[in-house]
Amino acid sequence: MAASPHTLSSRVMTGWVGGCVWYLERRALQESPRRFLHLLRNVNQQWVTFQHFNFLRHMYVTQLNRSFSQQIKPKPEPVASPFLEKASLDEAKAEIYEMRPLSPPSLSLSRKPNEKELIELEPTPVIEGSIAMGTETKEEKQWKEMKLRVDDLPGILARLSKIKLTALVVSTTSAGFALAPVPFDWPCFLLTFVGTGLASCAANSINQFFEVPFDSNMNRTKNRPLVRGQISPLLAVSFATCCAVPGVALLTWGVNPLTGALGLFNIFLYTCCYTPLKRISIANTWVGAVVGAIPPLMGWTAATGSLDAGACLLGGILYSWQFPHFNALSWGLREDYSRGGYCMMSVTHPDLCRRVALRHCLALVAMSAAAPALDVTTWTFPVIALPINLYISYLSFRFYRDADRKSSRKLFFCSLWHLPLFLLLMLTCKRPAAQGDAGGPQS
Amino acid sequence: MAALRPPRGFRLPLCRAFSGGGCQLVPERGGERRDAAPSQVSRFCPPRKSCHDWIGPPDKYSNLRPVHFYIPENESPLEQKLRELRQETQEWNQQFWANQNLTFLKEKEKFIDSRLKAKGLELRAESGQKATVNAEEMADFYKEFLSKHFQKHMCYNRDWYRRNFAITFFMGKVALERLWNKLRLKRKKTSN
Repeated sequence: MAASPHTLSSRVMTGWVGGCVWYLERRALQESPRRFLHLLRNVNQQWVTFQHFNFLRHMYVTQLNRSFSQQIKPKPEPVASPFLEKASLDEAKAEIYEMRPLSPPSLSLSRKPNEKELIELEPTPVIEGSIAMGTETKEEKQWKEMKLRVDDLPGILARLSKIKLTALVVSTTSAGFALAPVPFDWPCFLLTFVGTGLASCAANSINQFFEVPFDSNMNRTKNRPLVRGQISPLLAVSFATCCAVPGVALLTWGVNPLTGALGLFNIFLYTCCYTPLKRISIANTWVGAVVGAIPPLMGWTAATGSLDAGACLLGGILYSWQFPHFNALSWGLREDYSRGGYCMMSVTHPDLCRRVALRHCLALVAMSAAAPALDVTTWTFPVIALPINLYISYLSFRFYRDADRKSSRKLFFCSLWHLPLFLLLMLTCKRPAAQGDAGGPQS
Repeated sequence: MAALRPPRGFRLPLCRAFSGGGCQLVPERGGERRDAAPSQVSRFCPPRKSCHDWIGPPDKYSNLRPVHFYIPENESPLEQKLRELRQETQEWNQQFWANQNLTFLKEKEKFIDSRLKAKGLELRAESGQKATVNAEEMADFYKEFLSKHFQKHMCYNRDWYRRNFAITFFMGKVALERLWNKLRLKRKKTSN
């Protein structure tokens, strides 16, 4: 997505990055309705997230990949990976009876460029049957040299740093910055923007570094750069360090120490708490929600220099939003989570999962009403935000009651447009700084 | 440069015959190839002139991509240690995930069977149509499977993190060693 400059510049707008992302995705939707319908129909087989909107990713990545030697291939053969393909329960048949006794093959081989031995080997393929040769060549074609090409690097790093998620994070930071009741300062905004973006890239890279074997086993994540061997773990860690250090430094010394501290804390929380916790306890969802809530806080503190009620409200809004978003998403991934050993509410405590999603949708309604009370927005805001808040609450109630894939999908997709629209409405209803409010509290 | 001892918890493999040199395809083709799951790795031989590792398609059972490690002519002890560590970790990972995925399939099949039997249905009706269990009933299985294998996952996680850190650390050391050798060579050339 962000590898080509013109795509990136089209997404970078003051405080509206989230809206832009949403807009661009809507446009992509219009441009490829068939793909989208196909996607919806096949959502059983392939979950997508906001970050990995498959059709959008495929569009962008295909464009990027034209110059790459590696193409993102569709699954080569249906038999090859029974685990990832058989999401449909129809196919959970007696295939198990055909399984051979378990003795997983040894994979390790090393070779030396020893000419003599290789010459010995070369005639061997000729001896084999021609049919076997056919399959061999096909398999051989799937082997890729682990050589990093410089022109591939931007695309690889973009995927390593989960650039779309980073864009979303940065847009929530921008919203926090823009909503702060101080005059908009462009230099400070740009420093915050860049610093938060770098911090997010670092955190995402470390997350991928930790999760290679788990990512390999889940449909959603199996095409990540480390999984595919496009980049070495050392390079991934180096890249993360090269993003984290300047990012946090920029925030600490270019903006203010509080923002820098929040950024560093968030990196730590995401990489060292959330990532390992995903496999230990369902508490990871709450930790992850805090991780999502901190960026707007950072935007606010960057502008004002302090954490006040308005900042906490914004953080609270993002915190609450995470639950309907993630819980709905995780509902369809239960099989992958169970097999991969991830402790998620949707697997272990399904009732709690749905209850929490509903609870937090209602909290969003309450927080919309609190926004004018805390002088963040005018009283118009809760009124005009009411329809979308009621709608998402309704969908989460349906999810709570029905507990099926259809309602979870609806809730998830709603959460994708709900947040950008919500933030946009907040920004349009931002309380003007000059206007003195006789009755309301001063912020 | 003194070679670091690998952290406790995993042992480096003994010097195996096939890591000594050459493509090991011939012996594997001959008789050693296991029948269980013919690995794609066993048939692949990277081109002679390549001096990089090669990575293959995801394995059928573990979904992990096997790596064919390149052994340079002048491999240092540290590089050898790194390669052996990576090789061993690859095998260990392969073992775990293939086992995990196969167990999952087996237990899922058992669960579906038992649920269908409880409902009085056969797995396959006389007409040939397959009976299924809906997603919400499968959720019971997922929950049960996850809690059953929780301890195993904890151990795996711990070991995986240690290995991952060790491999990356050794990669860093190897990179520094190579850089140092390059600089030393340059200095020799300039002094001569």
